Amino acid sequence: MKKEILEKEIESFNFQSGGEASSELKNKLRKLGIDSKIIRKTAIVTYELEMNVIIHSLGGKITAEISEDELEIKVSDQGPGIPDIDKALTPGFSTASDEIREMGFGAGMGLVNVRRYADDFSIKSNEAEGTTVKIKMILAN
Amino acid sequence: MKLKTLKSLLQTNTIFEESEIADDFDVVTACGADLMSDVLALSNDKTLLLTGLTNPQVVRTAEMVGIKIIVFVRAKEPQIETVALANQLGIFLYSTAKPLFEACGILYNNGVGAEEINYL
Repeated sequence: MKKEILEKEIESFNFQSGGEASSELKNKLRKLGIDSKIIRKTAIVTYELEMNVIIHSLGGKITAEISEDELEIKVSDQGPGIPDIDKALTPGFSTASDEIREMGFGAGMGLVNVRRYADDFSIKSNEAEGTTVKIKMILAN
Repeated sequence: MKLKTLKSLLQTNTIFEESEIADDFDVVTACGADLMSDVLALSNDKTLLLTGLTNPQVVRTAEMVGIKIIVFVRAKEPQIETVALANQLGIFLYSTAKPLFEACGILYNNGVGAEEINYL
């Protein structure tokens, strides 16, 4: 049976609270006794996605559901959508502004890291509905 | 390398540490980076981060991968929010006047290893 363990709004361009959702999820997984390697992979994935919403979107939401053998995370935003998903998944490709790059982001490795660390990854994006990324982490060894 | 030795080699100023445990902390590898996604590609919790960035996201990024020590290079002073977050998360902060390349070189010459990019 699935159980929701996190639902949090992510504000556009709010760098001050950027990472709070990922931090909260990390702490919850630790309390649930999840393997530390899986927690670290999950933290990397959710933090990259959370920062993507802050940097590139008009705002969005993260939800996490856990079952006995897997963790499902959905990060969705309100647009403006990704014009070319293949390009966005190319290591080093970034549309981030100079201002964002000066903060240490926009390396063009965000979605690349997400796809690398997630056990299952899917992305949908269009201008009307924004971007939704769904990932799964396998919990059973 | 013990953190005490490292602090001496880099002539650091302490911005935040838990003094009762800091000096004995074992630093095995280090990473010099100004790009947070590169830091997120690492996986070793005994790694020390050297960076020229001072915003709170540096501390948040360190938290995600389990990095406990950050050294700001080029004598940079972190923002108040950065120090507050580090305090809350128990991540130690230091600064050194040395530039990134030199600070990394000193640590490497003294036995601190390169971070092995480990894709978990």
